[in-house]
Amino acid sequence: MVSGTDPQTAALLEILHGVPDPEVPALDVVELGIVRKVELRPDGVVAVDVTPTYSGCPAMRTIEEDIVAALHAGGHEHVELRTVYSPAWTTDWLSDEAKAKLKAYGIAPPGRTASEQALVPLTVTIRRAPCPYCGSSNTERRSEFGSTACKAIHYCHHCRQPFEEFKAL
Amino acid sequence: MDPLFEYLLRLGDDRLILGHRLSEWCGHGPALEEDIALANVALDLIGQASHLLRLAGTVEGRGRDEDALAYFRDAIDYRNAQLVELPNGDFGHTIVRSFLFDAWSVLLLDKLQRSTHSELAGIAAKAHKEARYHVRHSGEWVIRLGDGTDESHRRAQNALDQLWPYTGELFASDEVDRAVAAHAIAPDPPTLQPAWREVVTDVIRRAMLTLPADGYMHSGARQGRHTEHLGHLLAEMQILARSHPGAKW
Repeated sequence: MVSGTDPQTAALLEILHGVPDPEVPALDVVELGIVRKVELRPDGVVAVDVTPTYSGCPAMRTIEEDIVAALHAGGHEHVELRTVYSPAWTTDWLSDEAKAKLKAYGIAPPGRTASEQALVPLTVTIRRAPCPYCGSSNTERRSEFGSTACKAIHYCHHCRQPFEEFKAL
Repeated sequence: MDPLFEYLLRLGDDRLILGHRLSEWCGHGPALEEDIALANVALDLIGQASHLLRLAGTVEGRGRDEDALAYFRDAIDYRNAQLVELPNGDFGHTIVRSFLFDAWSVLLLDKLQRSTHSELAGIAAKAHKEARYHVRHSGEWVIRLGDGTDESHRRAQNALDQLWPYTGELFASDEVDRAVAAHAIAPDPPTLQPAWREVVTDVIRRAMLTLPADGYMHSGARQGRHTEHLGHLLAEMQILARSHPGAKW
């Protein structure tokens, strides 16, 4: 996550903290790590670097429009968005605070990204994501793919609820 | 002809066309979870294609963006391998094709993330993370189908036999490949074949399937000579953009 060192950047970040992710509105675009850099250039242009979460995330365009709209509303007329690819987005960037927000929203937060393993492992170690509703780890992953690219589907045997997990990537 | 532009088209077109094929499963998957999985993978591939084609358009420098390249090129100007344009067939056929592609793609993207071309390296690093779970998904299914019932085994073996002659094209090398390899932008395709064979052989063995013998291999799609199937696919994919150029919604 970027943090503001000078008052000007801090004020810009404050504006961007007000832009929620359209698919996971519990988190804003700075907390998610989509905004990599923001600065007010001497020519008065606000330059924002954004990085996509998943290559095909259909929310990316909306997110970019929302960022520009928020900065316009904050009195910054000239905004320049740049897409950066390196370093590649990872859920390891989510702070503990952001993970707590996800859990409170009903989405199991991601574990740490796994270290490299075989391409097609014979036995897969599937993380038992703790249920965001009751906290039980008596859960089962039903599918690595869910309602959005960033989520997997799990089921809690304790409270008998299906739930989603924000996948570690 | 700029070899880098041409090479980026090949990378982008492979993913666009396979992404489109997988998207045809949307609403037709054998189980809800699998329907969602195939649509997710399709979305990743189309996303990767849009980043790659946008970069191709920038490299070309004639003002074409990813949409112009996707929707306003004819089959003869497409550079994807024939493997990805073949019709889906049954679920087993779709999965075996995806596995043969994914095992190659993940190895290629691993090399490309260390490309001397920094923007390509960045796109590849992101795509590589996705390709890892793609190959895990398709590979696990190949094992389940091959080592499943007599019927699933028969269908998976049929698919493997039919698709094998289309795998040679992934490792063929021409002047475009050699030009980008000379600048360490991308690996020369034949160098990926031993590692690919190792992954494929391992999964095929665990799936109780038989590796087909290397016989005649189809070629020519990297130069624009495609099967008849690509034109039909493009007709469906491109009709909206061509009927209503510049339409926004």
